[in-house]
Amino acid sequence: MTSPPPLKKARSGPMVDRIFGWLAKGAAYFTLLMLIAILASLTISAWPAIAKYGLGFLTSTTWDPVKEEFGGLVMIYGTLMTSLIALLIAVPVSFGIALFLTELSPAWLKRPLGTAIELLAAVPSIVYGMWGLLVFSPVLSTYVQQPLQKLFSGVPVLGALVSGPPVGIGILSAGIILAIMIIPFIAAVMRDVFEITPTLLKESAYGLGATTWEVVSKVVLPYTKAGVVGGIMLGLGRAIGETMAVTFVIGNFNQLDSLSLFQAANSITSALANEFAEAGEGLHQAALMYLGLVLFFITFVVLSLSKILLAQLKKNEGAKT
Amino acid sequence: MTTGDSLLQAKAFDEARLAKYAQRKFVNRVALTLSLMAMAFGLFWLFWILIETVRLGIEGLTLATLTQMTPPPNDEGGLANAIYGSFLMVMLATFVGTPIGVMAGIYLAEFDTKGWLATITRFVNDILLSAPSIVIGLFVYAVVVSRFKSFSGWAGVMALALIVIPVVIRTTENMLQLIPPGLREAAYALGAPKWKVILSITLKAARAGVVTGVMLAVARIAGETAPLLFTALNNQFWTSSLTEPMASLPVTIFKFAMSPYENWQKLAWAGVFLITMAVLALNIAARILTRAR
Repeated sequence: MTSPPPLKKARSGPMVDRIFGWLAKGAAYFTLLMLIAILASLTISAWPAIAKYGLGFLTSTTWDPVKEEFGGLVMIYGTLMTSLIALLIAVPVSFGIALFLTELSPAWLKRPLGTAIELLAAVPSIVYGMWGLLVFSPVLSTYVQQPLQKLFSGVPVLGALVSGPPVGIGILSAGIILAIMIIPFIAAVMRDVFEITPTLLKESAYGLGATTWEVVSKVVLPYTKAGVVGGIMLGLGRAIGETMAVTFVIGNFNQLDSLSLFQAANSITSALANEFAEAGEGLHQAALMYLGLVLFFITFVVLSLSKILLAQLKKNEGAKT
Repeated sequence: MTTGDSLLQAKAFDEARLAKYAQRKFVNRVALTLSLMAMAFGLFWLFWILIETVRLGIEGLTLATLTQMTPPPNDEGGLANAIYGSFLMVMLATFVGTPIGVMAGIYLAEFDTKGWLATITRFVNDILLSAPSIVIGLFVYAVVVSRFKSFSGWAGVMALALIVIPVVIRTTENMLQLIPPGLREAAYALGAPKWKVILSITLKAARAGVVTGVMLAVARIAGETAPLLFTALNNQFWTSSLTEPMASLPVTIFKFAMSPYENWQKLAWAGVFLITMAVLALNIAARILTRAR
C-alpha cells in the first residue's frame, strides 16, 4: 500500500514547528548568553589588573598610566557623587511631575505633557553633553556658582563644598545634567505606579474629606512604595551608567583632593570614554576593563533591586484586587 | 459643668478645627504648587535644549554639511562620511538585531510565559535594557576588536545590534500579549500549525506594535556614542568598507564639540541638530503608529 499523501503533509508541519520553536528558544538563550558573555569577557580582560591589585583597586586613588599604577577610587567617587546629586534633584521633581500628571492635570493635557516628558528621555545623551558644555555650564558658572561662592566663602562646611574654580565644569554640573536626563525615567515609572492605585481607595479617602495632597501622601504613596523606590533605582542605574553627557561636563581630572562640588573630577564612564581607545594593551587597558566590570556590577545590583521592587508591587496588586 | 462652659469649649474646639482645616488646605496648596513647578521645571529643560539645538544647529547647517567630508581643523567641510557611516551601521545593526529580538519576544509571549527560562530571560533583558552602553562597547572590543587587532565598522554594527535586541524583545513581548487569546484559538481550531499561527496571525495582528519597537530601537542607537568609541572608532574619510574604522555622526560630534576649533564646533552643532530631529521624529512617529490602533 502506498502511504497516503496527507500524512506526509502533516509531518512537515511538526518539523517546521519544531525548528521554529528551537529558533525562538535559541533567541531567548542568546539573551542569557549575552549577559554571561559580557561578564566573562570583562573579567578575563580585566584579569591582569584584578590579579595585581585585588580589591585594593577600589580604595586606591593613584591613577598613573605612565608609572603603571592604577586605583579606581577617584572615578568611583565621581560616579557615585554625580549620581547622588542627580537623585537629590531628580526624585522630588519626578514626584511632582507624576503627581501633576495623575492628579492635577486636566485630561486633555495629560497626553501631550506625558509625551513631552518622555521625549526628554529620547534626546540622545550626546546632545545633553554638548548642550551642557557649551550652553549650560557658562550659565551655571555666572549665575549660580559665583554667587554661591561669594555667599559661603567664610562658612566652614558649605565653603569647602563650593570652593574651587567656578568654571561651570565639574561634579555639580555633571550631577545637574544627569538629573535632567533621569527625570523622565523616574517620572514615567512613578506615574505608571500611581495610576495602578485602585480608584476605590483614592475615592474613599476623598470621600472622607482628604485633600489631594493627603490622598497622595497617605494613600497613594504607601500603596505604591515599592514601585516608587523601584523607579528611583531605575533612574539611579541610568545615572551611574550614563557616559557621554558626563564626559562632556565633568572635566576629566584624576584627582581627589577636595570635597568641592565645583571641582573637575572623573567618573568611571568618562575615564573609559576618554582613555580606552588610546590605552595600550597591558595593564592600563586591564585596569580600565576592571573599572568597566565594577560599573557593570554596580548597575547590575541597582537594576536588579529596581526590578524586584517593581515586581513586588505587581504581585501585591494581584493579591488585593 | 454649666451650659456656658460647654458652649465656650465647643467654640474653642470649633476654632481649633477651623485652624487645622485652614492648615491642611494650605499644605495642600503648597504641595500642588510645587508639583506644578516641577512640571514646568521638566518642560523648561526640554524647551531650552530644543531651542538651543535648533538655533545653533541651523546656523551651522549648509548644503556642504551634507555633501562634503569631515574637514581638518579650520577648514571648510561637512559631515557626509559621518552621516553615511551612521546610516550604514544603524541600518545593519537593525537588520541583525531585529530578528533575534522578535524571536526571543515570540518565545516569551507564545511558547513559555511562566517557565524558568522565560522568567530569567525577562529579568536579564530588563537589566540589559538599562545597562550602561559603554560596557557593551567594552565587551565588543574584548571579543572582536582585540581579536582582529583592528577597529572596524562590523564591530560597531555588532555593538549597536546588542543594544537593539533588548528593546525589540520588550516591545514584541508586550505587543503579542495584547493579542486576544481567542484569535490564536480560532487559528488553531482551523488546524494551523503553531508557527503559522504565530507568523501569520498573532505577529501580523501585533505588526504596528512590533514596528514601533524597531523604530524606538533605531532612535536609541542613532544617538549612541559610547559603544562606538572603541569599536568603530572614527574615520576622517569616506569608506564603505566595514572592515575599516568607520566614522559615525555621534562620535564625530563628540570629537568636534570637545575641540577648540570654531568650524568643528559649528559642524558639531549641525550634527546634533540632525540627530535630535531624526530621533524625535522617529519617536513621535512611533507614538502616532501605536495610537492609531
